[in-house]
Amino acid sequence: MRKALGIQKGWEQSTVNRKSALRHALGIQKGWGQQIVFLGPCLIFFLTIVITPFVLGFYYSSTDWNGLDLNKAVWTGSANWSRILHDDNFWHSLYFTLRFTVVSVVIANILALLLAFVLMASLKTKKVLRTVFFMPNVIGGILLGYIWQFIFTKGFATIGDLTNNPFFTLPWLGTPNTGFWGLIIVFVWQTAGYMMVIYIASLAGIPKDLIEAAKIDGARPYQLFKSVYVPLIMPAITICLFLTTSNAFKMFDLNLSLTKGGPGTSTQSLAYNIYSEALINNRYGLGTAKALLFFAAVSIITVTQVIITKRKEVSA
Amino acid sequence: MNVSTYKSKTFLLEIFAVLLAVLFLAPFYLVLTNSVKTLKEILLDAASFPQLFHWSNYSDVWKMIDFPQAFFNSLQITVFSVIFIVMFSSMAAYQIVRRPTKFNSFVFLLLVSAMIIPFQSLMLQLVRVTSLLELRGELYGIVACYLGFGMPLSVFLFHGFIKTVPLELEEAARVDGSNPYGVFFRIVFPLLMPIMVTVVILNTLWIWNDYLLPVLIIGGNKDLTTLPLAVTKFFGQYTKKWDLALAGLVMAITPILLFFLVLQKYIVEGVTAGSVKG
Repeated sequence: MRKALGIQKGWEQSTVNRKSALRHALGIQKGWGQQIVFLGPCLIFFLTIVITPFVLGFYYSSTDWNGLDLNKAVWTGSANWSRILHDDNFWHSLYFTLRFTVVSVVIANILALLLAFVLMASLKTKKVLRTVFFMPNVIGGILLGYIWQFIFTKGFATIGDLTNNPFFTLPWLGTPNTGFWGLIIVFVWQTAGYMMVIYIASLAGIPKDLIEAAKIDGARPYQLFKSVYVPLIMPAITICLFLTTSNAFKMFDLNLSLTKGGPGTSTQSLAYNIYSEALINNRYGLGTAKALLFFAAVSIITVTQVIITKRKEVSA
Repeated sequence: MNVSTYKSKTFLLEIFAVLLAVLFLAPFYLVLTNSVKTLKEILLDAASFPQLFHWSNYSDVWKMIDFPQAFFNSLQITVFSVIFIVMFSSMAAYQIVRRPTKFNSFVFLLLVSAMIIPFQSLMLQLVRVTSLLELRGELYGIVACYLGFGMPLSVFLFHGFIKTVPLELEEAARVDGSNPYGVFFRIVFPLLMPIMVTVVILNTLWIWNDYLLPVLIIGGNKDLTTLPLAVTKFFGQYTKKWDLALAGLVMAITPILLFFLVLQKYIVEGVTAGSVKG
């Protein structure tokens, strides 16, 4: 009986061992299976749609690819790059984009902060106001641009006739300057509500007694803002500056629907310049080269901005 | 004394805020009122309230841009893309968090770094890649592109959230004999609801409003025209016909505006959460 049991035991033991060995083997197998099932789909799409084109860009940017037949694309070495060096339109669009970015980021964030502070007060219409200010943001840049094309060309003209206000009778979108400010107005209108929401979330997290203490210590509104609020909402400022900077620098939809880069090419953003080089002039190779520079510029600008504001976060 | 000055201050602030809001809404008002006027009325006085409502503008444009078709295309592309983005990115993020091997950490770093690449830096090569793979001009091709571009931010958001999901729950389910797939889909996936709302909303707004990607990837296939594309084409053809153009514009804006007004609580919170974590 015991013997039998011993055998039984031994037999059980060996099956357990065998099972665990099998499980171990399967475990590895399972690990791989899981890796492929969980990560595979994500990687397949990400690698084909994002990484492959990105890597190809380094090759295409030195060819005279015309967008149609890649077999006929000839390696041209540095020809595209020296061409860009002498492309006044490209450099003008870079200058325009930088100017647009700086002005729109400053105005959008100031307005957003102002709105956030106003909505922090216990207003009766608070909820409705938040909805209204945020609303333009859910509509795409293309449609917003068309809305404002009508406002600038017809709406402003009518208001100008009624009020005789010289601001409204300007040739809106008709000159480089009004085109620039037109784009700024629409961009700010689109973005301010979004940034406002982020600032509100940040302001709401500030402990009330801190503000009270500063007030009791006799801090004036300006001091309160500069020395108490700003350091405390610095993380939100980093985020908002990052979002507005990268959105402004990459502006395309608004540009296409509001000014089409015009009059002439005076309000052409970098993104639009690349688009027209490739899809209107059919110079895909040159467009890819410009796009690579565009990527470098976006990276440098946004990374520098984040580093600078992050540093301020730490010191606060 | 103090209370009354506080109140009058708030009241002034309220008036100021309401005036600003009116200014914010004015463009919508002008577009809406002018969309039911005749062209002659618009050119004569764009500020006046319409004398007669010319609904015919709407019925004309409805047919001219084939609104139902464009709307359905946009809806189809957005819904399919968002569903698959949520599934694939949450699965990938789960694997990266729970199996932090060197390879997986590298994948995560690659995904996060790719967020900075602007679309314009990829679009021309993407046209080439999608034609080679015969994705161009197909519905599934556009969805595939959105899956690729949607992965980085979505994986990043899920990754941040899954890190906070306690491991004990999963271990308990493991002990009870669930396999890893069961654990993820039955235990973890439902817990991801809060961040899923953010992922769904951010991707929906982006894909629904996107213009450049569909233009490039649809190629010549007009059957796939989305709403922004249809409106752009229409505006190009009828530049000075404001009566029709404005009606088309109102029709194009209405769906996303309704979506926002119905779900605004989730949208505002979702967008804030997404940007704060991103």
